[in-house]
Amino acid sequence: MQSFIDGLIASGAFGGLPAEAVYPAIMFLFASLVVFGFVLPLVTITVWLERRVWARIQSRVGPNRVGPQGVLQGLADGVKNILKEDVVPDAADRPLFMFAPYLLVWGFLATFVVIPFSSALIIADLNVGILYITAIVALSAVGVLMAGWASNNKWSLLGGIRSAAQVVSYEIPAGLALLPVVLLTGTLSTQGIIQAQGWAPWDWFMFHSPFTFIAACAFYISALAETNRTPFDIPEAESELVAGFATEYSGFRFALFFLAEWGSLYVTGAIMTVLFLGGWQIPTGWTHNTVVLNIAQLAVFFLKAYFWVFLAMWIRGTLPRIRVDQMMSLCWKYLVPLGFVNLIGTAVWMVIWPEGNPLVPYLMVVGTFVVGVIFLRRVLYHLRRAKPELYFNPAI
Amino acid sequence: MSLAGYEFEVQRDDGLATEEMTLNMGPQHPSTHGVLRFVVKADGEIMRTALPDVGYLHRSIEKISEKVGYHGFMPYTDRVDYVSAMQCNQGWAMVCERAAGIEVPRRGEFCRVIACELGRIASHLLSVGTMVMDIGGMTPFTHALREREKVNNLLEDLCGARLTFNYMRIGGVAWDLPPDYEEQVTAFLDQFELFIAEYNDLISYNKIYIERLANVAAVSKEEAINYNLVGPNLRGCGFQYDVRRDEPYSIYPELDFDVPVGTGEFGTLGDCFDRYMVRIKELKESCKMVRQCLNMIPEGPVLAKVAKKLKPPVGDAHVRVEASRGDMGWYVVSDGSEFPYRTKIRTGSFSAMGIVEKLSRGLMLADLIALIASLDVVAPEVDR
Repeated sequence: MQSFIDGLIASGAFGGLPAEAVYPAIMFLFASLVVFGFVLPLVTITVWLERRVWARIQSRVGPNRVGPQGVLQGLADGVKNILKEDVVPDAADRPLFMFAPYLLVWGFLATFVVIPFSSALIIADLNVGILYITAIVALSAVGVLMAGWASNNKWSLLGGIRSAAQVVSYEIPAGLALLPVVLLTGTLSTQGIIQAQGWAPWDWFMFHSPFTFIAACAFYISALAETNRTPFDIPEAESELVAGFATEYSGFRFALFFLAEWGSLYVTGAIMTVLFLGGWQIPTGWTHNTVVLNIAQLAVFFLKAYFWVFLAMWIRGTLPRIRVDQMMSLCWKYLVPLGFVNLIGTAVWMVIWPEGNPLVPYLMVVGTFVVGVIFLRRVLYHLRRAKPELYFNPAI
Repeated sequence: MSLAGYEFEVQRDDGLATEEMTLNMGPQHPSTHGVLRFVVKADGEIMRTALPDVGYLHRSIEKISEKVGYHGFMPYTDRVDYVSAMQCNQGWAMVCERAAGIEVPRRGEFCRVIACELGRIASHLLSVGTMVMDIGGMTPFTHALREREKVNNLLEDLCGARLTFNYMRIGGVAWDLPPDYEEQVTAFLDQFELFIAEYNDLISYNKIYIERLANVAAVSKEEAINYNLVGPNLRGCGFQYDVRRDEPYSIYPELDFDVPVGTGEFGTLGDCFDRYMVRIKELKESCKMVRQCLNMIPEGPVLAKVAKKLKPPVGDAHVRVEASRGDMGWYVVSDGSEFPYRTKIRTGSFSAMGIVEKLSRGLMLADLIALIASLDVVAPEVDR
């Protein structure tokens, strides 16, 4: 890319502008393109999916009016929010109040830099990719705390403080849970981690050993907490804190909060996929066309990422919220010690079986499959017993 | 509202005194179930006290009765507790009948009990549903409301209204059961009893849910009696008292039903979970009662002949009915004219508000929401 731009500059395509001016301009253009061409539709689809999935769980219909099956509902909501008045309370700390949502959105947008959607589709394959993600995600805590403080509202303040405590605490189990993967691969680069896995489930790090499986679960729980999802939606608990840190916001700034929330939901799924589910890995050798291969990889990556997103929606539709002190004790008393056990266990595992145990991954895949089947049977049993009115037609 | 006398000095271990935060919760707060207001003194997440401030929904219902007469007051009783209006109807009808010495036809009594118990199912469904929503789970709420809609459909068939029924009259009920009503109700009950089990599987025995409710805001038996808790709140403390059984009225003595009490299943006796569980169990009892009534209902008229301008003899009358929120007292003084001289309604939610201040000390902010929800406070019933 850089050589291509250098070539354009050399050939005088920019009318002799210095390279220092051309680079930022092109980067800005490219970033805008990514945001509007990729992230916004992604969030719109995620919001629509969440509302539909949630509606079905709650035996409702959900949005189905705007566009085919209501897909454009997010767009309509966005337009509505942009048209609304941007109210800034008199007593608010004006600059901070206006700036906070941008910080939040920035925090989640920046993670897209290192997410590999296929073997070629990645903005920058940083050699500290995972570290970069953990660092940049914590930016959202600053944004939320800023929003909570600047609103000059007690409910907002409580929400902001809760959020800060939550994100700071859950950074630790999240970091500890991705360390086993880093140990196994010896790299922090996201592409490197994916290349160390294979396309088949038994090649994924999730099923590499019992320790990595627990690490995957612990990471997912921590990621739910960091993105303020149920059962950890304590910072914006609407039945307790009205709307938490977003209470005083309206219009576009309010929409930005929710853009960040659902965007980071997808980011969570993507990181889970990269670390534990083999990323974009697909069987090779069936095509030599790079474009076709990349599209197939992209599709596989999206499917896997949306599996985690769907799981988060399901959890949101099922579980109530835990209390602040319970959230803290879950983090410090259970997840953090578990993270250390995982780390040491993985290290010992690597000493005993440097190439990985030949049998355990298969057993774990079969075990997970069996648990899944049992779970499904239980769900079916409940459906039969309760005789609810089911609407299997997806197009209501 | 003045907070004089409620200042607390926060003394920390390191000797630093910090200032408390006064939070104004309500009247427009999502989980105050109407327009209630709590003035919360909090030290971070821990509350020092929560003072309930009532009166935002006062509509002078008792005073209205002095101007509209005995028959005309019936629609207003729907508004006393619009979540379970049937029992309020029954309370007013019964107190007027006692004052004027009117005998209700037997079929009318059965219609009343069927309507009341269906109303209790609707009310308790709303209670257990909003309880979960206050704790943060959205799905059980919609499922509970889905079932409540079915009860509302049945009640609509019965009297044409879905919320403020105005079904009962002094001397009976306004309309007989519609044709095929027994089949409809039985079909609903068959399905609904399965729903209770499903609801328990879905949320009641959910680990997070139990953790949130067990051992929170426990009320002892003595405390409950001192603070005049009634209904499910009192029974949640393990005290078996139900007006339907202990001071029987209507045809309740003929029915076979249990009075469920709290058992301290997952912690202290009388905690939020016990109060919640009592309501779940009462759903089953109400189903049982409706089934029995449908089997036993005799033929005959449903409404006695009552004078258009009812003039009870000089004197007073008092009745108690077991409403969804507990023992509801109705008192009327007659001066011999066609208007009541004085009416007094005593409701369960109002007395439940009294204990909030005591229980809230030392609770967390999130627990206050659970406490209010578990007391099943309904703002219109508090203020009337």
